Amino acid sequence: MAKNLPAPKSLDWAYAPSRESTDIVKLEGRYGLFIDGKFRAPLSRKYFQTVNPATEEPLAQVASANAADVNRAVKAARAAFDNGWGDLSGVERAKFLFRIARMIQERSREMAVLETLDGGKPIRESRDVDLPLVAAHFFYYAGWADKLEYAFPGLKPEPLGVAGQVIPWNFPLMMLAWKIAPALAAGNTVVLKPAETTPLSALLFAQLASEAGLPPGVINIITGAGETGAALVEHPDVDKVAFTGSTAVGKRIATSLAGTDKRLTLELGGKAAHVIFDDAPIDQAIEGVINGIFFNQGHVCCAGSRLFVQETIHDRFVEKLKRRLNTLRVGDPLDKNTDVGAINSAEQLARISELVEAGQEEGAEMYQPACELPGNGFWFRPTLFTGVSQSHRIAQEEIFGPVLSIMSFRTPDEAVEKANNTPYGLSAGVWTQKGSRILWMADRLQAGVVWANTYNKFDPASPFGGYKESGFGREGGRHGLLAYLKGVDE
Amino acid sequence: MHGSSKTAHGPRDQRASVATLSQMAIAVAPDRTSVLPGRITNATLASFVRSVPSVDEVGVEERVASLATRSIKKDSKMDALLLAVRMMDLTTLEGKDTPGKIAQLSAKAVRPDPVDPTVPSVAAICVYPAMVPYAKQSVEGSGVKVAAVATYFPSGQLDTKAKLAETASVVAMGADEIDMVIDRGAFLSGEYFRVFDEVRRVKEICDGKAHLKVILETGELGTLDEVRRASMLAMAAGADFIKTSTGKVQPAATIPVTLVMLEAIRDFENATGVQIGMKPAGGIRTSKDAIRYLVVLSETLGPRWMTPDWFRFGASSLLNDVLMQIRWLKTGRYQAGDYFTKD
Repeated sequence: MAKNLPAPKSLDWAYAPSRESTDIVKLEGRYGLFIDGKFRAPLSRKYFQTVNPATEEPLAQVASANAADVNRAVKAARAAFDNGWGDLSGVERAKFLFRIARMIQERSREMAVLETLDGGKPIRESRDVDLPLVAAHFFYYAGWADKLEYAFPGLKPEPLGVAGQVIPWNFPLMMLAWKIAPALAAGNTVVLKPAETTPLSALLFAQLASEAGLPPGVINIITGAGETGAALVEHPDVDKVAFTGSTAVGKRIATSLAGTDKRLTLELGGKAAHVIFDDAPIDQAIEGVINGIFFNQGHVCCAGSRLFVQETIHDRFVEKLKRRLNTLRVGDPLDKNTDVGAINSAEQLARISELVEAGQEEGAEMYQPACELPGNGFWFRPTLFTGVSQSHRIAQEEIFGPVLSIMSFRTPDEAVEKANNTPYGLSAGVWTQKGSRILWMADRLQAGVVWANTYNKFDPASPFGGYKESGFGREGGRHGLLAYLKGVDE
Repeated sequence: MHGSSKTAHGPRDQRASVATLSQMAIAVAPDRTSVLPGRITNATLASFVRSVPSVDEVGVEERVASLATRSIKKDSKMDALLLAVRMMDLTTLEGKDTPGKIAQLSAKAVRPDPVDPTVPSVAAICVYPAMVPYAKQSVEGSGVKVAAVATYFPSGQLDTKAKLAETASVVAMGADEIDMVIDRGAFLSGEYFRVFDEVRRVKEICDGKAHLKVILETGELGTLDEVRRASMLAMAAGADFIKTSTGKVQPAATIPVTLVMLEAIRDFENATGVQIGMKPAGGIRTSKDAIRYLVVLSETLGPRWMTPDWFRFGASSLLNDVLMQIRWLKTGRYQAGDYFTKD
């Protein structure tokens, strides 16, 4: 009988590189400011460079808007509001938003690749999480645009006017969607400033909005650093300021707006507690914890960065976490099999490194998998700390990186007390099979979102926002409309 | 000699304690009974079964969906396809099976692609007890194993004595592997001792002569919690492999069920030091499916399980699709189905 060649015994299986092509993205060498429906050279005459954080290669030159540029953008937004957009019927506004949502879906691959190029996040996430949520957000608020009277029965909702919006670098397009979709649905016009390290997807969005036929001035995108943002929020003709970013900057904005009649919503930092009871579905809780802290390299304001594990299962849980950490695929964000991508900037990498050093100095025990990191670009290994005390900096300060601080607790009361013992209050997670305990915990945790037996779930219908120093105001859902309407104080 | 509350696993602590989760995590004894209570009774086995971690179905689905996006190309795809062939238990379990059919299937098992000798043989052919002698004869000297289903496959609804007699006769005929079914009725009504004891006694008959795969028939167990519990019970009782399905009940193998069983295997090895194999069976028809299973295996248990010694696919129609993909990878062209033998 015919025999075959002997086959090797066991397979050490390595996935071949599977790189998403970047051909679909056509970058221009230099980008102006998108004001009044056109890209315009900045009055400042200044540009800055945006780089790919995974390679440190320059991607494009982007305009740096000064106060005069900001003024031009706000004027364009005001004119657009006064000359039609503010009076346009909800049905007509909805048409634009639906059209934008569909165009985002059609061009989602292009936008996902650009988001990954400019920001460093894995293509798997920008493709499967960011872009679907961006489109969903526009679809959702498109649906509200002609139903505002039904959202607030018996009241007369009216737009505020010009919204000045400043967004962060961790979810550039998603944060843009969270800001622009409700603002436009409610009848406002906007001036939006993307973060200086991730401006490109917002500029691509501006092109798309223009192709959608949106009237000039309804959306204006200005790029620049902190001073540009300050000029925008302080501009006297801005009616409403929406900011997502650090608590420190949020406080400065609140101070600068004190005494004005501008409306303000802030979505700031977090140091979320992720609480694991001993009756939790352990292996799914492991996945939840991994997703909670390593999703988007931990650059997530609601990241589950403080893990509280019931003492009875602490050691076993940590062992399982360590094992799982070793299977995370860290590297080229454009590889479709990458789980953890590049740190967004050299500055952020320095901050993460500083806090991790502080954790070691303060006596916490660090664990990192022995994964290889690329030579160029900004990288940080997924990191666990055990033996962490509430008083350690890594338990108190927002690291905004792939670093998890693990602590233990004995009783539900203790878990709640420790979880709430932070100036922040954006989100929390609870894992237990006991339904009554989930409700008991959710009643007591001071957090805008409490996830039960899951983590990092977002839906445009669900409001998102903070307690305490994590900010105020809600984005998403019917609640998200409140921030962009007057006459609806309930 | 069995059937009482005494265990045959040697002297043990007489406290009717159960192995708690934390004990399981720290105990590393090269003995699978280390996860079990001191005295094995239905009551202590019930406590053992209840100590198995619960499973969140939504979380499992999510993990599986995430792993399904893995992009397997080029060399890694070829590696996976060749491994899938080597891991295959080529199966025919029909009332109309004949020696002639078995001979054809065996030829395919030994040399899956007659025009491409680099394609390896499959792991085993899986047949009904009556076909074992013919199967043995047909694959003799090829390295392909003969697996036989037993214990009143597929229902298992027969008294224990008769099941053991059947097993003994199949082992005597020279089957290399025994695929037994658990008594799902007993399991679902809480008669854990009966399930445990049957597996243990079948294992005694197999010991040293045949490899024991224990079929949980997960499609009848209803929840992933029960899948995980049944997995632990079967492994503690003596399974060398745990297997999802008979193929006679829908749903048969699914990736979420397989993930839960792999996680149970991981916990079991942690607790006892004993490595257990896994066999999803039924409903796996395409190369794409097979690769997804291998991704879940590789990322859950790692390279030690990436061998036919520790993982098998139970399938009847998967092989040709894998052969077709291998041909495509080698030549860049798809060949029509008629170029691959139907056996």
